[in-house]
Amino acid sequence: MHELAVTESLLNTACDYAIKNNAQRVISLNIVIGDLSSIIGDSVQFYWDIISENTICENSTLVFNKLPAKFICQSCGVEFEINGELLPCPSCGGMNLRTIQGDEFLLESIEIEKGLNKNE
Amino acid sequence: MSKKTIPIVKKIMSANDQIAEENQELLDSKNILTINVMASPGSGKTSLILRTIENLSNQFNIAVIEGDTAPVTLDSDKISNLNIPVIQINTGGECHLDALMVRSGLEKLDLSGIDLLIIENVGNLICPAAFRLGEHFSIVVASIPEGDDKPYKYPNIYRGIQSLVLNKTDLLPYVDFNIEYFKNGIEALNPGAAFFPLSCKTGDGFARWTDWLKIRIQEMK
Repeated sequence: MHELAVTESLLNTACDYAIKNNAQRVISLNIVIGDLSSIIGDSVQFYWDIISENTICENSTLVFNKLPAKFICQSCGVEFEINGELLPCPSCGGMNLRTIQGDEFLLESIEIEKGLNKNE
Repeated sequence: MSKKTIPIVKKIMSANDQIAEENQELLDSKNILTINVMASPGSGKTSLILRTIENLSNQFNIAVIEGDTAPVTLDSDKISNLNIPVIQINTGGECHLDALMVRSGLEKLDLSGIDLLIIENVGNLICPAAFRLGEHFSIVVASIPEGDDKPYKYPNIYRGIQSLVLNKTDLLPYVDFNIEYFKNGIEALNPGAAFFPLSCKTGDGFARWTDWLKIRIQEMK
């Protein structure tokens, strides 16, 4: 449910960059979501369609690049991904782990449509 | 018309994070240790806070910010009955506190002379974790009846914490709960996190928690 606040933050950032770059409209947004970030893409999409109305981002597409949770075993050095459930190291069975990927929640880039610029 | 890709690479939560940083700077300047207490409803956040106040209020000045989804003052009344300054933030149905709400709470509190500020987040484990508030330590209160497999089943919600309080250890004789197994999961997700099995009801294990907190408060001075 916190996705509404999160989506508002996403909209503000995207609009800022779009306006600074003289966009006529925003075509798409490339978003990185790590599996451990507690953000649900579908929920962001739901709010996006509502709150982006009447902004430069209206009718834009959200492209989610999902990153799996990745750990390194600090006992044997093996790196491994998990899908949902936290599991011991697949190589040595140890639980001395450190997260190396999965917390991300980033706006990586936006694709914009520019108007004709006299200086170009 | 031309299409163009604008690289951004910006944390989407950065607006909240920035205010959280400003909150922390304010709290640092006044040497106030601030903890953000998160848990699912019924784990014992309020019990932990009340007992902590009872144990430490003769040595330290404590204040509390109470996050609630509705204007129900049950929890904040219990705290003000102990003569502790408390500000209630009604999130208006929102599932979490954010840095801006905490800033408004800080503006209403008289911070002079306060040693420890406890922020009781909304009873919910998933949403509050995404919002930094300006705290020095975030603490999750888990409890024995919830089961020892929860860090394994929900690794995303036990992430990014510096301390875990495992409450209701007085129920251990009645529930199958392997403390070591639970602790290993927490440690894997949060290397070096402090771990406090205790009972707010009997007080068992509570001194280890308050001793740890006392050291953190003194480190702020």
